[in-house]
Amino acid sequence: MKILVFVNHVPDTETKVKVGADGKTIDPAGINYMLSPYDEFAVEEGLKLREKFTGEAVVVSLGGEANKETLRKALAMGCDKAVLLKNASSHDSFAVARSLADFAKELSPDIILLGKQSIDYDNGQIGSLVAEMLGMPSISVVVKLEINDGAVVAEREIEGGHEIVHAKLPAVVMAQKGLNQPRYPSLKGIMDAKRKVIEERAVAPVASKIEVLTMRKPPAKNPGKIVGTDASAVPELVRLLHEEAKVI
Amino acid sequence: MKIIAFAEQRNNQFKKTAFEVVRAARTIADQLGAECNALVIGGNVSSIASQLGAYGASKVFVVDDAQLEYYSTTAYAKIVAEIARAESADMLFFPASAMGKDFAPRVAAKLDAGLAADCTALRVENGTVIATRPVYAGKAFVEVAVRSAIKLFTLRPNVFSAGTPAGSTAVVEKKESALGEADFGAVVKEIKIAGGKKDVAEADIIVSGGRGLKAPENFSMVEELAASLGAAVGASRAVVDAGWRPHDEQVGQTGKTVSPSLYIAVAISGAVQHLAGMSSSKYIVAINKDKDAPIFSIADYGIVGDAFEVVPTLTAELKKTLNR
Repeated sequence: MKILVFVNHVPDTETKVKVGADGKTIDPAGINYMLSPYDEFAVEEGLKLREKFTGEAVVVSLGGEANKETLRKALAMGCDKAVLLKNASSHDSFAVARSLADFAKELSPDIILLGKQSIDYDNGQIGSLVAEMLGMPSISVVVKLEINDGAVVAEREIEGGHEIVHAKLPAVVMAQKGLNQPRYPSLKGIMDAKRKVIEERAVAPVASKIEVLTMRKPPAKNPGKIVGTDASAVPELVRLLHEEAKVI
Repeated sequence: MKIIAFAEQRNNQFKKTAFEVVRAARTIADQLGAECNALVIGGNVSSIASQLGAYGASKVFVVDDAQLEYYSTTAYAKIVAEIARAESADMLFFPASAMGKDFAPRVAAKLDAGLAADCTALRVENGTVIATRPVYAGKAFVEVAVRSAIKLFTLRPNVFSAGTPAGSTAVVEKKESALGEADFGAVVKEIKIAGGKKDVAEADIIVSGGRGLKAPENFSMVEELAASLGAAVGASRAVVDAGWRPHDEQVGQTGKTVSPSLYIAVAISGAVQHLAGMSSSKYIVAINKDKDAPIFSIADYGIVGDAFEVVPTLTAELKKTLNR
């Protein structure tokens, strides 16, 4: 089975966001980056499929030199090959999807795996866009995946429940938390990953379809009211919710 | 100029977000002097279509086909793109629901269009629609403009007001689907709904619990408080990772980003990634023993006290007040 996994390199979840000098992007100073958590589930699922069906798991990331750190993590987890599609980091879903789809087409994978969204711009569009560009079916927010003889049965999360979706390979599957428990890279995996060559390819820029005009922090909240320090404050809290906030 | 709003239904009933999306489309259409129509897809949905008139749709396009009773990302995308082309639509609005998020990007790809995802506000400036959307799970917001001939928007549920339904009924126009087997590349075969469970992404009130509850069985306290308010149960990442609660309840950066009118955080200290996911709630109540817990910095009302004592009292008081 030829498995292709898309990964993104994003500010870690502990990051406190500051708006950069351009007023449109974040200030990168002091930020630690990580493999986007949903993409990590995708890597794990790719490795499980390779273990079951044999074949090759190729991990791809679009962006700058820094993305190599995330690619190395995926290699350390066990991916066979890593490719960096070199491009000034873009947050435009359509442009990113176009570059990834063009690369995928050349590789003709049986399955493309990626996270349900990247935790930086939270667009959640790449998987569906790439699938449509390649004429493949897609399943998003997947918490359970079974593949037999090219037939895909996946469980995806919807409001208050799950949908069981059927499709055929080749297909695009977008991982949700709960799909699996990502493995920790072994020491041997980490050492091997350091020696592996990350293939680099220049990618022509694609025009954006979304223009970011401004970025701002959410309005700061005034510190609220401490209603009390034990259960005796409950009636006052209920009164405030009812009469002042009018939410109950 | 023409706007089409996709109105999501399940089991031949509109979801609340369908009304929100139609109303938002109407509001923008009025500012642009545009036409506002809606689109419903499903099996046996013709009878409900005219309801959308009361939320501002002039015309409702209906694709009623037994094959479409269950959702299919590929078939739904094909239908919406075809109708958008046939009607020369300039903008398409969708809910940023599990369904809308899933297939709206496919429509965008078919129409070579940009999609502003998960918008929390829309406004018109010099004839251009400017959308506000959260990034980094709500740690920041961006204002964006879509730069393509056709413009797509998905709107976050529970943020836009559906307004009060007013008397008018819409003209219903049936559209043929002409779908073949090849159009059902991915199709839903079965839906499992957890009995009566409210989803945090759709709830108007959420009661969430954190590690301060000490053990999974103590979540019953949170569930009872939620039941007294008709609220959904949420959870912090710590308790989901510990296996106390299912991940679909997780609120925060690697869970769901929510904007209910009331969010009650029980024994949650308020890690950065949790606060990001719920700080846009209209009112926040924090119940925590630690007066220095970060959750108090964004709470409107706080009780610095023991959840084991405060929460059952609160549940009892609410039952009394709300007669539940």
